[in-house]
Amino acid sequence: MHPVLTTVIQRLALGLLTLFLVSLLIFSAVEFLPGDFTQAVLGQSATEETVAAFRRELGLDQPAWARYLDWIGGVVQGDFGTSFSGRAASGVNRSREVVDLVAPRLMNTLFLAGMTALVAVPLALFLGITAALWRNSLYDRAVNAATLSTISMPEFFVAYILILVFGSLVPIFPSLANVTPEMPLGERIWRCILPSATLMLVIVAHMMRMTRAAIINLLASPYIEMARLKGLSARRVILYHALPNAWAPIVNVIAFNLAYLVVGVVVVEVVFVYPGIGQLMVDAVTSRDIPVVQACALIFAGTYITLNLIADILSIVTNPRLLHPR
Amino acid sequence: MTDTPETYSAAAEIGAPRTRRGPGTRAWLALKKAPVSAWFGLVVICAYALVAIFAPLLAPHGEAQVFAQPYAPWTANHPLGTDQIGRDILSRLIYGARNTIGIALTTTLLAFLIGGGLALVAAIARGWTDQILSRLVDVLMAIPSLIFALMLLSIFGASVLSLIVIIAVLDSTRVFRITRAVAMNVVVMEYVEAARLRGEGTWWIMRREILPNIMPPLVAEFGLRFCFVFLTIAALSFLGLGIQPPTADWGSMVRENASLIQFAQYDLKAGITPLLPAAAIALLTVGVNFVVDWFLMQTSGLKDEH
Repeated sequence: MHPVLTTVIQRLALGLLTLFLVSLLIFSAVEFLPGDFTQAVLGQSATEETVAAFRRELGLDQPAWARYLDWIGGVVQGDFGTSFSGRAASGVNRSREVVDLVAPRLMNTLFLAGMTALVAVPLALFLGITAALWRNSLYDRAVNAATLSTISMPEFFVAYILILVFGSLVPIFPSLANVTPEMPLGERIWRCILPSATLMLVIVAHMMRMTRAAIINLLASPYIEMARLKGLSARRVILYHALPNAWAPIVNVIAFNLAYLVVGVVVVEVVFVYPGIGQLMVDAVTSRDIPVVQACALIFAGTYITLNLIADILSIVTNPRLLHPR
Repeated sequence: MTDTPETYSAAAEIGAPRTRRGPGTRAWLALKKAPVSAWFGLVVICAYALVAIFAPLLAPHGEAQVFAQPYAPWTANHPLGTDQIGRDILSRLIYGARNTIGIALTTTLLAFLIGGGLALVAAIARGWTDQILSRLVDVLMAIPSLIFALMLLSIFGASVLSLIVIIAVLDSTRVFRITRAVAMNVVVMEYVEAARLRGEGTWWIMRREILPNIMPPLVAEFGLRFCFVFLTIAALSFLGLGIQPPTADWGSMVRENASLIQFAQYDLKAGITPLLPAAAIALLTVGVNFVVDWFLMQTSGLKDEH
């Protein structure tokens, strides 16, 4: 078999194994709950029967492995169980399906993240590559200093500065991103400008620094110097010698930052009251609504692992050394 | 520099008794050559440390002392106004330094104790111990730590103790990775082999042979991890899941006073009040980052500029 194929299959298997272990970890969250959590969910006045019915619904009368299989089987089919909230002590059950809670908000989060990535990725790559090529120039230093300070700031600081300047002092953009499903696309984008700009500032800083480091590392390698000393034109050196080896680090940088974006969204959504999955998760953690927390954690972790896996595979596939084995 | 001779004499310099420079002198010499950014970072860190230690002396009012007027403007009595239930913001900022930095420092130390200790054990023992620990860390690192922390907080409830333990355990995975990587290079050295053949125990090898030789990268990592932990705790407190009221803390202060921003048009001072704690967080992380950058350049000879 082609060596690339073997490596890719190995990596895929490893990724699946990681996903399995992570799902096991997230599932075991219920195991760590204190024994009287049913009381906390149903209220102090819950009757014996209500508690028993609730425990049966959660499957607490079954062994853990059976519950895991049941849970993961549901997850694969898009069923994350029912939320803990909305249950009354009298046994009246107004709880909602977790999927119904998560699905529309996941769409919103993906919209925000996608909108940010569309602008941030090309911008960061451009800044990173140009800073690496014109290393130590005034431009390089300026971009470097700016990004180092952005990285050191908490996301909510960046967010509130933007709100202060563009939402309050010079009210151009809306400082609340309260989108609704029936809103037209233009209106949605307009309302998402500030949250998206916050994420963009943070992510561009990270991505630009990583791209710059990767390119500088590459340009310092002996074969590039050799190509230069041979008298090749700068264009040829970059396109034919540097670029094939640059794909792997660049792809890695992009995937790493998209994964970062998925997580960074949590704080930004809370600041701008954006109805996304991050805010849902924070609310669920506050009210200790475990099924919703599990669903959100699984979605976040799954996205994160998948993005890293894709980056891994892409960097293997684009590696010239593996593509042309001797 | 009053004792410098006016004329330079090579003979005098050679003839002078040779004294070994003490650690203090060497540190001072290194500091004299440090760039402005490093000096800036050091000054910031020292200032924060002083404020944190002497908080009760510096603060004009008590940490949770409530005054009659909520959201008071900046006055002589309340230099930065009061918050949503009438507590003096300057006092809370000063106490917040103590609480926020204290908790972040404890967490980082704990993370290094757990992660560093396990990494050294893994590097010395190798074999199965190393395999199991490393794979465990791989799985833990596959989940973004903020998400993981949120999940664990929903189970154990939000309190300072669970916050410290959860973040320390999650962060110890990163410490484990780097410590194991640098320790692996040292473990294969002859002097470690010699110590082992001499019959020294694991603890002795860890402490006397390996630790002194991997100190510089670990110190730099400590600075970076501190920043990361500090920002994570601030973010969690901001989300209302970290340090709980009435303890003054910068992250939750931002959240509590955020609504003041909308009045920036009418009173700029009120508008920037909620940003002050966030700026305090940012300034400290910038300072630590500058010092770490300089320290890394000093110890590894890694020079980006030249």
